[in-house]
Amino acid sequence: MEISSRSVRAVLYVLLIGYALITVGPFLLSVSTALTKTQHVHLLFKNWGLPPEPTLENFKYILKSGDFGRWVFNSVVVAGLGTLAKVFFNSLAGYALARIRFPGRELVFWAILATMMIPAAVILIPQYLILSKLGWLDSYYGLIVPFTVSAFGIFLMRQFFSTIPVELEEAAQIDGLSRFGIFWRVVLPLTKPALAAQIIFNFLGDWNNFLWPNLIARSREMYTLTVGLQTFKNEYYSFWNQVLAGSMFLTIPVIIIYLILNRWFIKGITITGMKG
Amino acid sequence: MLSRLRSQKVQEIATAYLFLVPAIVILGTFVIGPVLYAIYLSFFDYDILSPETARFIGLGNYLEAFRDPVFKKAFTNVVIYAAGVVPTQMVIALILALMVTTGVRGQNFFRVAYFIPTVTSSVVVSIMFLYIYSKTGLLNHILGWFGIPPVSWMENARTALLSIMMMNVWSTVGQYMVLFTAGLNDIPDSYYEAAMVDGATYWQRLRYITLPLLRPTTLFVSIMSVIGTLQLFDQPYLMTNGQGGPADATMTVVLYVYKNAFGGYFRMGYASALATILFVVILALTYIQKRWFGEEVQY
Repeated sequence: MEISSRSVRAVLYVLLIGYALITVGPFLLSVSTALTKTQHVHLLFKNWGLPPEPTLENFKYILKSGDFGRWVFNSVVVAGLGTLAKVFFNSLAGYALARIRFPGRELVFWAILATMMIPAAVILIPQYLILSKLGWLDSYYGLIVPFTVSAFGIFLMRQFFSTIPVELEEAAQIDGLSRFGIFWRVVLPLTKPALAAQIIFNFLGDWNNFLWPNLIARSREMYTLTVGLQTFKNEYYSFWNQVLAGSMFLTIPVIIIYLILNRWFIKGITITGMKG
Repeated sequence: MLSRLRSQKVQEIATAYLFLVPAIVILGTFVIGPVLYAIYLSFFDYDILSPETARFIGLGNYLEAFRDPVFKKAFTNVVIYAAGVVPTQMVIALILALMVTTGVRGQNFFRVAYFIPTVTSSVVVSIMFLYIYSKTGLLNHILGWFGIPPVSWMENARTALLSIMMMNVWSTVGQYMVLFTAGLNDIPDSYYEAAMVDGATYWQRLRYITLPLLRPTTLFVSIMSVIGTLQLFDQPYLMTNGQGGPADATMTVVLYVYKNAFGGYFRMGYASALATILFVVILALTYIQKRWFGEEVQY
């Protein structure tokens, strides 16, 4: 619905900008505090939230302290490999369910859909016990493998594959391509928007995940950034400038990815209606 | 000819299952198997530190759960939380979506700004809000302008849950706003044009066109939001050092499950029973959702 009255529009802008300040404000305050020297933190509000003498020393300090670099590395590995595996396996499964007729198809499809309704908390304990039997606690296997498939991703890919004309595949088949060849070389490249949305959501979900790595990563070298930052917060509890500088390492990559891929994000959330 | 067709058919089936192997193995091992295992475990008194003492106690864990004051408190907290957060975030998200789709300039900027909290890790959100809620933090500073004395928001049993509620409204509104925006964009302009010709006011168009046609989105968002709030864990865990305090004021069902299983008690059977109860509640809500809006919701 278009609104034409000028005074109404003015009120609209005030409200919209006001709410933008509420959402962005905490981030701006965090950046500003992370740039403040410890002895100046208490002066911050008197100075309209600006650091009296901006400094990068908090960031330098964080990078040098203990395992911080290792945590960043772990997060990149866990989120990166997890996302790659998920996108590949989900697409394979989605393709089989969309395009190949085989006995048991309905059953497999409904079983996969049903797993979407299961709350993470319910399966947490058995997952933990299984991983401890496998000897995968405190390892990359334990952090990555349970999340290499997602039911929602399979569902999404199946929907996309169903929209691609079958004639394309028939032509490829006549040219002698195998099923995998058709999937990999013909069909998959046509689903780029779905793949992009999947990559973004899975990467973000894994990158931001806290509950699982907090349970599985026991030694400091195996912490992901989320877990590390949490323990870090407890150690440096009153040094907000350092804690907030640390949290920038988790936030800034996400915001950059988000700003670059904003279009896919909106598309993705509209399609999926959910996060992660 | 027939045997060739048959062998082709067999090959197709084999290929299909080959493509599905990773999905079946991973979901079977880490999702479907665990659900059954959790239900099984819920009938046992099972301490992970001394598995040899595990014994079958039937419904014992469930009976204990219904008498457990902390579990009751956790459940009450989650209900209060949902009752407060769900309507608030939906109303704000809807109002923002209505404002953004009026043809104002900078629509894209507002969407980005509103969506940023949604993509931020719960760990970072918790740290930022602990800072804002601290005694010398931003919230108390702003309240100070109005002569309101400072409060230790997270350390006070009367304000701790409210603090987490406000924070979560902040962090999820953007996500629902995008969904509402998509729903609004699906309503054909011709409906509004026809209503304008008939002289309908803005409020009349909102009341008789927008809201009814937005019903599927609204119900979908409300169920998503309720299920999400029932599973609240990260924020109370992160903001109270895993305690759900002060005085269980921010204890949630999932946090209590976690505490029982891994937080020092190691009562895997009891924790599994609590988790199973949560699962049943969520299944019931999903069923109600299906009954309510049946085929209307497409996603």
